Amino acid sequence: MAVQGEIVDKAAAMVAGPIASVDWLVIAPVVLPIIGGAVLLLIRHSIRWHAVLALVVLVVMVGANGLLLQRVLATGPVSMTMGSWLPPFGISFTADVLGAAFSLTASLVAFVCCAYSLRDIDATGRRYGFYPFLMLMMAGVSGAFLTGDMFNLYVWFEVFLISSFGLLILGSDKAQIDGATKYAILNLVGTTLFLIATGYLYGTFGTLNMADLATRAGQIGTAAPLMTLATLYLLAFGMKAAAFPLNFWLPASYHTPPVITGALFGGLLTKVGIYALLRTLVMIFAAERLVLAGLIGWVAVATMLIGALGALAQSDIRRIAGFLVISGVGIMLAGIALGSNGGLSGAIFYALHSMLALSALYLLGGLMRQRGGSFSLHSLSGLYGASPFLAALAFIISLAVAGLPPGSGLWPKVMLVRASLDSGAWQIAAAILVSGFLATVALGRVLILAFWREAPGDKASSDKTAAAGPMSAPGCSALVVLVAAMLAMGVLPEPFIRLSTAAASGLLDASAYIQAVFPAGSGS
Amino acid sequence: MQTLIFRTAAPYLTGLMLMFSVFVLLRGHNEPGGGFTGGLIAASAFAIHGIAFGVPAVRRALYFHPMAISGFGLFAAAAAGLPSLLFGVPFLTGLWMSPAFFGMSIDLSTVIVFDIGVYLVVVGSFTSIALALEDREHD
Repeated sequence: MAVQGEIVDKAAAMVAGPIASVDWLVIAPVVLPIIGGAVLLLIRHSIRWHAVLALVVLVVMVGANGLLLQRVLATGPVSMTMGSWLPPFGISFTADVLGAAFSLTASLVAFVCCAYSLRDIDATGRRYGFYPFLMLMMAGVSGAFLTGDMFNLYVWFEVFLISSFGLLILGSDKAQIDGATKYAILNLVGTTLFLIATGYLYGTFGTLNMADLATRAGQIGTAAPLMTLATLYLLAFGMKAAAFPLNFWLPASYHTPPVITGALFGGLLTKVGIYALLRTLVMIFAAERLVLAGLIGWVAVATMLIGALGALAQSDIRRIAGFLVISGVGIMLAGIALGSNGGLSGAIFYALHSMLALSALYLLGGLMRQRGGSFSLHSLSGLYGASPFLAALAFIISLAVAGLPPGSGLWPKVMLVRASLDSGAWQIAAAILVSGFLATVALGRVLILAFWREAPGDKASSDKTAAAGPMSAPGCSALVVLVAAMLAMGVLPEPFIRLSTAAASGLLDASAYIQAVFPAGSGS
Repeated sequence: MQTLIFRTAAPYLTGLMLMFSVFVLLRGHNEPGGGFTGGLIAASAFAIHGIAFGVPAVRRALYFHPMAISGFGLFAAAAAGLPSLLFGVPFLTGLWMSPAFFGMSIDLSTVIVFDIGVYLVVVGSFTSIALALEDREHD
């Protein structure tokens, strides 16, 4: 929050007074991974330091994000404008409850994935630059969650997109290049649309600062083509979030890279699209969202069902996870379609849950591969006998992803179903319940085939188990951390519900957000 | 492109373009130019050198790997924002000092460190792309 009564030189459009150093928390989650990534690039050849340095940076990031969230909850949104310029001339970084909570969860997931990667990423992967790419991707993701400027949001999209191309083709085998091509082309089209929309936005409003836009969008009325802008953003971010009918690139690419990359992408990247939709459609173009609500609702229903049906049809665990990511995107879109406080808080809670749960599902696939020697349900079997511990983790993760107690997926779905029944959107409530049922069946298949089915005692299976080995200790502990967080969300949901409700209220009534960027009297 | 004329001219062209890139970089503070443009000019200088004398010659002449140059640039650009923390001003605020050398005052700032960082990022990444493409051509 800009300090009240600061000295402002309006002629130079600069803030002249000092700011509290605690305001730096809003930029720390972005600066830390950039510096970490730069240092990792410099010491490219000392690969044994890579993982350690990345872990240290991610721990500090989690700490900084935690402090930021605490501060935002205590004193309202925090804003800092780069280079001492006055907003809207400078680029503002503004963290509200939504941004800080997403950023904290994302850094936690990245930390856990980084711990998992200690054994999963070999010397070749490290030499190729897994950890620098990871750092720069996290800089992009945190930047997208914390920035308060539309064009800057585009820049962070590009940053994490380019890093994700690097992560996606790590290893450069044929299937990966094939997946990466689909991923790259669709995402480039999406970001180009985003850029066009942003150029149009700037032409219409003359400003790119989100707080400024939120103020003006309400005042500008029908004089401006706001409907076109809102629809363009819906299309661009919907593509990024893998919403139906633009979802086909996700299952085509997320199963090809190392499982750790799938976990990061499935957990984090689609949520950035959802976050951007929340920011633009709910906070800035609130009136236009109301017009689009019916369309978004049907897109959400289709996305949920297509994702769940797709998961049912697959036999590769990573592909099942990919389709469940899509189904979850539909559930979050449902919240945006409803637009009420209950619906939005359900969507935000679901996003936090889904970052943890989908990453956990991919990591589970990785551990099953380590123990059972395959990703395919056709050849996996008898894992319960081999490792009851893994079976217990798999059971909890399946419950959480499907939205059954005591997993974390239950409460956000309850909130969303109630919100949709309250507003009479029965089709959304029905789709949430049906897709949850289908996801239960899809994951139940995994449990039955991979865990409960007796391992066949013939020659073929002994060949297969030759590829299997013990699970990696860092991998197991990483998964335990995620499962513990998911159980905490499922068993003690109150703090998370309060957090999501606060985030949703901050979106619906942006006055605190605007106040943080433009303290009374210094407004544009 | 192993023609005599090109091979004779290339070193001069490379040197001239590198000097010009530094000029554009420094000029960019107040006039058109800056780190990005300067970096592109420098990267094309290395590309010309590579076309004339081959990729290994450029790699030897550069001494540092292009990606390391890029990494250092990124580090410098991000680090240029950090002194702001000590002065209690927002990230990336331009901080100036004018030390006097032999009666002349020289303006130094964090802004130029940032710009040099951008220059190095662009030089590193574009040289790296250009060299990879030229390598591929001779396979």
